[in-house]
Amino acid sequence: MLTRRDRVMMALMVGIPSVLFITFVWLPAIASIFLSFTNWRGITALTANNFVGLKNYEQLFTTYPFFWPAVWHNILWLLTFVFIATPIGIFIAVLLDREMRGTRVYQSAFFIPVVLSLAIVGFIWEQMYTSQGFINSVLGHTSSDTAIDFLGDPSINIWAVLVAAGWRHVGYVMVLYLAGLKSVDPTLREAASIDGANARQTFFRVVFPVMKPINIVVVVITVIESLRAFDIAYIINRGKNGLELLSILITNNSISEASLIGFGSAIAVVLLVISLVPIVIFLTRTMREETT
Amino acid sequence: MTAETASAAPVAAAVQLKHHSRFRWQRLILHVFLIGLALVWMFPILWTLYTALRPYGDTIKDGAVSFPQHLNFDNFVTAWTVGDLPRYFFNTFVIAVPAVILTLWISSMLGFIFARFSFRANLLLLMMFTAGNLLPPQVIIVPLYRMYLALPLPIPLSDHGVLYDSYFGVILIHVIFQTGFCTFVLSNYMKTISRELTEAALVDGASIWTIYRRVILPLCRPALAALAVLEFTFIYNDFFWALILMVTGGKRPITSALNNFQGSFFTDQNVLAAMSFIVAVPTIVVYLVLSKQFVRGLTLGSTKG
Repeated sequence: MLTRRDRVMMALMVGIPSVLFITFVWLPAIASIFLSFTNWRGITALTANNFVGLKNYEQLFTTYPFFWPAVWHNILWLLTFVFIATPIGIFIAVLLDREMRGTRVYQSAFFIPVVLSLAIVGFIWEQMYTSQGFINSVLGHTSSDTAIDFLGDPSINIWAVLVAAGWRHVGYVMVLYLAGLKSVDPTLREAASIDGANARQTFFRVVFPVMKPINIVVVVITVIESLRAFDIAYIINRGKNGLELLSILITNNSISEASLIGFGSAIAVVLLVISLVPIVIFLTRTMREETT
Repeated sequence: MTAETASAAPVAAAVQLKHHSRFRWQRLILHVFLIGLALVWMFPILWTLYTALRPYGDTIKDGAVSFPQHLNFDNFVTAWTVGDLPRYFFNTFVIAVPAVILTLWISSMLGFIFARFSFRANLLLLMMFTAGNLLPPQVIIVPLYRMYLALPLPIPLSDHGVLYDSYFGVILIHVIFQTGFCTFVLSNYMKTISRELTEAALVDGASIWTIYRRVILPLCRPALAALAVLEFTFIYNDFFWALILMVTGGKRPITSALNNFQGSFFTDQNVLAAMSFIVAVPTIVVYLVLSKQFVRGLTLGSTKG
């Protein structure tokens, strides 16, 4: 039934985007791995002399002072999102998942931060954190000598940023979870309440287990968002002085005057390997569902 | 008999009333809690608006946390003109509109092929797109940046004859990165459309293109609308691509241009607050007006519906 013309058409419909995709996503990803074994700086042509083996990685893991802080900050980001922001989002979703006046208004209030970019979230929270900002004013720290330097002090600025980023993540989780809760069969809950289960038991023993697909989506999004973190730290101080993140180290090293392409690529490879873990988990699950 | 029912009814009513009032109390507490939490949640945005509406002089004189003496839009006007915001909004428009249209076009074609014809490669291709979509963009930025510097692009489309620092280049990378998510959502959506419909059209001798264009696309309108809203927001909010792939500050879209406003670009915090509010408003308005499409777009991908 499919004519020759149809087959050509289909090949074009799939082929052109695929070629573009491979060229601009997977080719650079593979090139990053290759470049991470070189000391290329992008000025002269790349030759065999640029090959330095594992030297970039060695330097990264041992002498480069910002690598481990960046790894720690990414982990902190992940832990805060998983153990604080995500449970709050789920909690709000459970509260909102009922016939109730004004539920849409509440939903909007919690969701609005999600429609903002993390860059603008950074600017909005600066109004809370600066020496003339809300928090310092409420605490009575009027002069800049006594004010708490939330964004400058390297021992606390990561926490200040995590509050702002978590603020946004809560709404994201809430809306995903709410959609999931709506799709749970209501008779399940009725059965649980007839059996005498209270609200908490119903949620943890009945609803939460059947929400497994959504739980996985939420976990994957949470992990990916923590690894992608970039904008807010870059806007505040270009990811320096307490706000180092792997994503920012890549750009700061390789797309700057220093132009340490090989070294930056080694950091990119570390981030790539970490990112592939949740991606592979997510894909194998989706594919398994697809085939059953 | 009558006496019995007469005495039983008030008891039942009393029990119901008691139950009902307990329920009402719980509701009231829930509402109070939710209103409180919602206000806390909105506070940073409301505070930014309040700061933006006050003259800097008042903030200095009375402190940031104080009752207003004057409220006006002067800071907004200053931010708009000093920050040259119209130019950056224009750049966003030039990038986001073609990027959204191209993304939806390409991903609807891919979704159609993936949903309707099971090539062995389908699964692999879908996997490739999704994986690319979940990858942090910084992972590929080093070689991509070099490619953008090297790949030629005719002069009318770019100022320097290469992809780097051109609207076209930024549109291209958006389309490539967003196609994965949209294809995923659209192919799931198309799977819910009856197969007989397309098969009947094939039997009638319709070409693949006709089926895609005349049968599938019109049926996907709700999903396409939802994705258009969502994709516009995603692209509006992108900070990274135009920051790295454009060198000219004046060509950057609004979110990446925020980088130009770091530090002491504006004279005072109140103007900075006004600028932040102006940049935040478009996506908030899009969400408030089209919240149904917005949430549907976001959850289509996650709940396979």
